[in-house]
Amino acid sequence: MTSIQARDVRRDIAKEPSGVSADSRPRMRRLRDWLTPFVFTVPALVLFCLLVLTPILYALYVSFFNWGGIGSPSDFVGLDNFIRLFDDPVFLGDLSRGGMLVAFSLVLQLPFALVMAVLLNQKLRGRAVYRMLFFAPYVLSEVITGVLFSMIFQPDQGLADKALGAIGLDGLGGLWFAGQGSVLPTLFLVMTWKYFGFHMMLYLAGLQGIPAELHEAARLDGAGAWQRFRHITLPLLGPTIRMTIFLSVIGAIQLFDLVWVVTQGGPDHHSETMAVTMFQFGFKRYQVGYASAISIAMFLISLFFALVYQRFVLRRDTEGALTNMRATR
Amino acid sequence: MPASDFSRRRFLGTATVAGLGTVVLSSCGDSDTGSTDGRGRTVVEWWNIQTTQPSKRLWAEQAKAYEKAHPDVRIKLVTLENEAFKSKLTALTSSNKLPDLFHTWGGGVLKQQVDAGLVEDLTDSVKPWIDDLVPVSKEAYQFDGKLYAVPIDIGGVGFWYNKALFKKAGVATPPTTWSDFLDTVRKLKTAGITPIALAGKDKWPGMYYWAYLAMRIAGVDGMQKAAEAKDFTGDDFVKAGEHIKELVALQPFQKGFLGAAFSGPTGEAAQMGNGKAAMELMGQWAPTVQAAEGKGIGNDLGFFPFPSVEGGKGKGTDVFGGGGGYALRKGAPKEAIDFLKFFMGAESDSKLVKAGVLIPINKGSMGALTDPYLKAVSDMLNASTGFQLYLDQAYPPAVGQEVNDSVAALIAGSKSPEQVARSITQVAKSQ
Repeated sequence: MTSIQARDVRRDIAKEPSGVSADSRPRMRRLRDWLTPFVFTVPALVLFCLLVLTPILYALYVSFFNWGGIGSPSDFVGLDNFIRLFDDPVFLGDLSRGGMLVAFSLVLQLPFALVMAVLLNQKLRGRAVYRMLFFAPYVLSEVITGVLFSMIFQPDQGLADKALGAIGLDGLGGLWFAGQGSVLPTLFLVMTWKYFGFHMMLYLAGLQGIPAELHEAARLDGAGAWQRFRHITLPLLGPTIRMTIFLSVIGAIQLFDLVWVVTQGGPDHHSETMAVTMFQFGFKRYQVGYASAISIAMFLISLFFALVYQRFVLRRDTEGALTNMRATR
Repeated sequence: MPASDFSRRRFLGTATVAGLGTVVLSSCGDSDTGSTDGRGRTVVEWWNIQTTQPSKRLWAEQAKAYEKAHPDVRIKLVTLENEAFKSKLTALTSSNKLPDLFHTWGGGVLKQQVDAGLVEDLTDSVKPWIDDLVPVSKEAYQFDGKLYAVPIDIGGVGFWYNKALFKKAGVATPPTTWSDFLDTVRKLKTAGITPIALAGKDKWPGMYYWAYLAMRIAGVDGMQKAAEAKDFTGDDFVKAGEHIKELVALQPFQKGFLGAAFSGPTGEAAQMGNGKAAMELMGQWAPTVQAAEGKGIGNDLGFFPFPSVEGGKGKGTDVFGGGGGYALRKGAPKEAIDFLKFFMGAESDSKLVKAGVLIPINKGSMGALTDPYLKAVSDMLNASTGFQLYLDQAYPPAVGQEVNDSVAALIAGSKSPEQVARSITQVAKSQ
C-alpha cells in the first residue's frame, strides 16, 4: 500500500508545472503554510459562524431597534436601547448584585472549596466517600436544586426553619428567599452548596500534582503546616486557582436557571441577574430590541473580563504552551 | 516534504466539500406542510393548559370521542403548565411555528399575533353555530368585528373566603365596601388569623387588587379611556395605589408572601386549601387549585365580589375577568374548526360543565351547572353591569407586565402610588 502511494506521489511531483519560477516557490510555500491550517479549520469555522457568530451579530443588529419580536425589525432607534440601560434601576441593580455574587464567590466560596480540598487530600478514613458526597450536588440539575431549596427554605414550614426550631435557634430562621434583604445571601448559600464541590475537585486534582518531596523537604527544614501551605501548596496551585476564579466569575455573570426557578428575580428584583432581566424583557414583555441590548451588554462584560484576565492573569499559565507555526517547521 | 502536501490537499478538499454539503443539506430538510400521521389521518396538534384533574382526563376523552366519529382525524394533545405554555408559545410565535390549535386568553397577546398575520380569521367559518355561544364570552377575541378564537370558558375574579375563619374572627357577613373590607382584615388579624394569601412571586395575583380598585374608582369607562389615551396618571389610578398601600400597611398577607407562587405545595392556593389564610382574590379556578394543592376546605369555602369603593365611579357589580378560548394558526387544517364545533357543542359543553371544570358558554348547557362555586361566579357574570378583561391580557404584553411589576413593587414598598401610575403610563406610551 505505502509503496504504491509513494510512487503515485513521486509521479505527481514530476507532473508539477514547470512554469513556476524559482523565486516564487518560497512565497507559494508561505501561502500554503498559511492556508493549510485555515482549510483544516473550515468545518469548525462554518459551524462556529452559523451557531455562535451569526446569533451574536443578529442580536447586535436587533439591539438597535424597538422590536416586538414578530415580523422583521423596522423601528430603528439607534443607541436608545443602550442609553436606556444606564437609566434602568433594574439593570444597574443587576450589575451591583452580579458584583456582589462575584465578590461572595471569590471571598467565601473558593477559599472554602480550597480548605475542603486540602483536608480531603490528607490520609483520611472514607475520604473517597466525602469527595463523592461533596461533588454530588454539582451533578444535580439547576432546576431540581431550585425546587428542592425553595421547599427547604419555605418560611416557617420548610425544613430549614423546622430544623433550626428543633435545636432552639428559631431566631436564625426567617424569610430566606422571600425577604428582600435575605434573598441574595440565601441564593449564594445554595450556589455554594451546588458549586463548591466542583472547585474542590479541581483543587484536588491540582494538589495531586504537587510532588510530596517538596513537602518532605520543607518539613525537614522545620517548616510548619501553615508555612508549607503558604509557600508550597498555594504557589503550585496557582494555575488551578486562577482557572477556578475565571470559571466562577463567568458563571456568576451568566447566572440564570437557579434564580429563575427559585424567585424569578424577586422579591421586587432583589435577586434579579442580567440574564433574568434579559429573559423578562425578551420573553415576557416581547421587547426583543431592549432584551438584545441587555444580552450585548452581558456579552461585552464577559468578553472584557475574559480578555483582560487572559492578558494579565492567565498569561503566565499559558506561556510556552502556545506554539508558533514557523517554529514547528 | 512536498510529497505529503499533495495527499493532504486531496483529503482536505473532500473533507471541506463534505462539511459544507452537510450544512447545506440539513438546511433544506425543513418544510412545514406534511401534517398527516403514518395512517394517513390529518393531525391536529392541540395545545392546552389542562394539567389538573378532571380536566386533563376530560380533554383527552373528548379528543378520543371526536377521533372515533372522524376516523380520518387525529387530535394530538400537548398539555402544558400555564407558565411553561406562555413562554413556549412566545418562542413559537417569534419563529412563526404556532401549533394548529392553541389556548389563548385573547386581548393584547392575541392581537399581536393577529397583527403579525399568524392567526386564522374564524368569522365566516364558524358563522353557522357561533351564535349558540353567550355573546359576552366572545369579546376578548374580537378585533375590528372579526373573531379570531372560539371561547370555551369565561370567568371572573372575586374573593374566596373561609367561612369558618371569618366566624372565628367574629365577621358575620362578607364586606361590601372597601372600609368594611379593611375592618374585616383588622378583625381577622386580631383573631390571630392570616387574613389574605397572596402569591408575590407570580405578581399577577397582586395586580388583581390594583385593577379592581382602579375599576371601582375610575369605572370600566375610565379604564377604557385611560387605555386608549395611554395615560394612567389620573387621580383615580393614583388613588387605587393609595388604597393598596392602606391594605399593605395592615400586614394582611402570609409570612414570606413575596416569595410565594400561586400553585405548588407552599403557594397561595395551598394556604387557602389548608385553611391557613382567610381570603384570596382569585378567579373561578381557585376552588379546584385549592383542593389540588392543599386539602381543600369543602363547605367552608365561600365567595363574595370585590367590595365597592366609597365615592368611586365604578359599580360593585362590574366584573374583572376573562376566559379562555382556542385559536387556529394561519393555515391550520380545517378539521380543527370542526373539532371546535364539536367541543363547544351543547352536548360536549354540558359534559365539561357538569364535571365542574367550566362555566357554561353554550346557551344550551346552562342547566348543567351544578357546582355551587362556579354558579356563584356565573351568577356574578350574568348580573354584571360592566366587564374588564384581565389587564395583562387586555394590554400589550409590555404594558401588562409593567402593571404586574409596578404593583408588585408597590406591595413590596419600593414604589409609590404615583410612581406606579407613571411607570405604567411611560411603558404604554412607548408602545
